[in-house]
Amino acid sequence: MSVFKDAGHLFRFLGLFVLAFLVFLVIRGFVVPKSFGQYGHYRGAAITEIASRPVKFAGHQTCETCHTDIVETKTGGKHAHVNCEACHGALAAHVDDPGNVIPHKPETAVLCARCHTASAAKPQGFPQVDPADHSGGASCETCHNPHSPAIGDDTGISTAKGGAK
Amino acid sequence: MTISRRQLLVLLPAAAVAWKYVLAGTPEESPNYRMDGHWWGMLIDVTKCIGCGNCVRACQTENDVPDGFFRTWVERYHTTDWHMENPEVVSPDGGKEGFPTVKPDEAGKYFFVPKLCNHCADSPCTQVCPVGATFVSPDGVVLIDPKYCLGCAYCVQACPYGCRYIHPKKEVADKCTLCYHRITKGLTTACCEACPTGARQLADLKDPKDPIHEFIRTHSVQVLKPQMATGAKAFYNGIDGSVR
Repeated sequence: MSVFKDAGHLFRFLGLFVLAFLVFLVIRGFVVPKSFGQYGHYRGAAITEIASRPVKFAGHQTCETCHTDIVETKTGGKHAHVNCEACHGALAAHVDDPGNVIPHKPETAVLCARCHTASAAKPQGFPQVDPADHSGGASCETCHNPHSPAIGDDTGISTAKGGAK
Repeated sequence: MTISRRQLLVLLPAAAVAWKYVLAGTPEESPNYRMDGHWWGMLIDVTKCIGCGNCVRACQTENDVPDGFFRTWVERYHTTDWHMENPEVVSPDGGKEGFPTVKPDEAGKYFFVPKLCNHCADSPCTQVCPVGATFVSPDGVVLIDPKYCLGCAYCVQACPYGCRYIHPKKEVADKCTLCYHRITKGLTTACCEACPTGARQLADLKDPKDPIHEFIRTHSVQVLKPQMATGAKAFYNGIDGSVR
């Protein structure tokens, strides 16, 4: 057993190594978040944190629970599938406090032009007009109801002055 | 201020409890949501996009995206008969305020392509993260843990679609979360909610009743950069090979 004759210092060194490893495990136990590795190599709780952020767009289903008259107007019209907040903006704050957070009415001359200004880049068949030529600067609401923009009983293409393409 | 031994004995467990709370985050959740029941993606119908920029504005509002950075943006492609593989692509301020109008007699083809994180199933960005701060969630959404992210920007370079950026204030990587805080509550994403033409639709690939299955079956739908095998889940209808 001459190999292990003076092996005492090796065992002391091994003991030191084991101790360091245990310290490492203890520190690791404290430092690594509990949910790390819950689903994979990441902090599982991060998913919950991201999911618990508040929303700003309430969603049209929420709007429709109160504004049933608008739903009625929109049904069957050209804008039936345009969600409320596409034009009115994010209004979850209004849902939370309908009395105090009053949404402002969008200016139709600006709002409608965003989508309906004629451009050859837009898909054919999408109703487009040159706003200046179409209305001469008059507000779109003068002739169109934004919630159901077709004029008269015609639910198809608008027959307003200038005509929609 | 001196702390007696008695006070210390009271304070230590309290601190331990508080620390545990910090580590666990603040769970306050949609209790009925099951992660294993969904596999999220998005369907983008380019033939319907009018380039109004509603999605970009809605995303900035919903997610507090800083000016000049984009979680989603819209590009306008212009291809001519001569160099199909070299389209002219413009995206002024991410298309946030729309695009300059095009006269009807202009040559070539124009179309709008909304872009966002493709929420790849085999995403290159999550594979390069050195600290486990970005990952594909069990329901197929690529997310970032802002508390773990170092801001090294490896993932920003790794994303073949250019969908990530370093947040100028938080100094961590930031990107589209597919409005994870909305879809887990049964809502659609902010961009889909604001899209007036239905060009963007949230899709749940695990839901057999989701209309995306029928749509993909009946249309020639493709993903961006399929040659990279990223498992992209932003499905595009109506694009051609010039879109990258």
